[in-house]
Amino acid sequence: MATKTSGVRVLVGTRKGAFILTSDEKRQKWNVSGPHFTGWELYHVKGSPADPNRLYASQSSGWFGQQIQRSDDGGKTWAPVDNKFVYAGVPGTHQWYDGTPHPWEFKRVWHLEPSLTDPDTVYAGIEDAAIFRTTDGGKSWNELPGLREHGSGPRWQPGAGGMCLHTILLDPSDPQRIFIAISAAGAFRTDDGGATWKPINRGLVSEYIPENSAEVGHCVHRIALHRSRPNTLFMQKHWDVMRTDDAGDNWHEISGNLPTDFGFVIDVHAHEPETVYVVPITSDREHFPPEGKLRVYRSRTGGNDWEPLTKGLPQSDCYVDVLRDAMAVDSCESCGVYFGTTGGQVYASADSGDTWAPIVRDLPAVLSVEVQTLS
Amino acid sequence: MIKVVLPAQLRILASAPGDVELDLAPPVTQRAILDALEARYPALCGTLRDHVTQERRAFVRFFACEQDLSHESPDAPLPDAVANGVEPFLIIGAIAGG
Repeated sequence: MATKTSGVRVLVGTRKGAFILTSDEKRQKWNVSGPHFTGWELYHVKGSPADPNRLYASQSSGWFGQQIQRSDDGGKTWAPVDNKFVYAGVPGTHQWYDGTPHPWEFKRVWHLEPSLTDPDTVYAGIEDAAIFRTTDGGKSWNELPGLREHGSGPRWQPGAGGMCLHTILLDPSDPQRIFIAISAAGAFRTDDGGATWKPINRGLVSEYIPENSAEVGHCVHRIALHRSRPNTLFMQKHWDVMRTDDAGDNWHEISGNLPTDFGFVIDVHAHEPETVYVVPITSDREHFPPEGKLRVYRSRTGGNDWEPLTKGLPQSDCYVDVLRDAMAVDSCESCGVYFGTTGGQVYASADSGDTWAPIVRDLPAVLSVEVQTLS
Repeated sequence: MIKVVLPAQLRILASAPGDVELDLAPPVTQRAILDALEARYPALCGTLRDHVTQERRAFVRFFACEQDLSHESPDAPLPDAVANGVEPFLIIGAIAGG
């Protein structure tokens, strides 16, 4: 259902700080605020659905480690909250790149997912892969160890970007159900609020692992759902775009006529649960759009039949990447779609992807894009 | 009074001045300085040393009196010039990357 809106707030995490882009519901003229946290990597910035003024940001640095920042006024001011992410118990080992056991080590927070109903509750997806939760607005973080302690944990292995838990989807119809994805372990689901988890990778086929249809080991890049149909998930895998209609118990491929089915982002239109967006990237060797043409592909049929969206996007000499957390949709009456690139552009479409324009062109490399629809 | 100089990123993070002055009882050690810094500026917890192991983060360096003290024991007494406030204890982000 469309939201009556006063405007939108786009939250952009980059390699060198965070930026907040605001506009009215027309989404033609933009105000740019930032950089916030200058010089730090901002892997993710996200607002609480329950309180749009409550924002959380993952701020990290190879020198000075991890910080979590919180704003209570829509990003005007920020304050650091607890940054201590300590695995529960004795963490044990996962596989290293060479197949040898390697101890679980905290590196950074990739993704923050605020609760749909409580601004003080937030889930954090971290590297090395685990899920943490705060229920006090970030004053303390505690692991939900049932995921990492899943029997398959010792077989998980990092992807090229690290062994990161990068996607957390909260089921709007069932507060006990959460979906997560890990590179390169795969997708998992809990039906009991995070106490226990099961791999949901049946139907995934990955030629880069010894057993192509293994229970775990798949490099899932991103999953997305529409809040009206939480049993239907869409996945951009390392290769292949996939779909499930039974909450991940079975997946099937929907790559169809895409020029390449490699990519990172995937998202679903705010009002049309069968309208899906991806940005095809040439290959795992060539992290840029095919033919140097930056094209969003849209399927209005839930996959397989895809159309390129090019108006306003560079159609020559474009060699940027679009990283996994760098696409979002708003819920204005005419659905807005946003994505950011490693070249520092943030593109917006106020008409479901038919036409695009850059909001900004020269930010640092964009790591994440989220949008809040303000009423 | 011991003088500690923080790197710019951490000054901003902790809302701390460029030179922090600490009043510490002897012996003045790296650990005593870091404990006092973190007590005054909790946002610095985890930025200079690991939360759990308390080991110095790999790309953090401690300089004083034109010496690199990073690899000294955290419990070793610091030079007298640092302890009596003549020379500052410099916390540096190591040169790494481009």
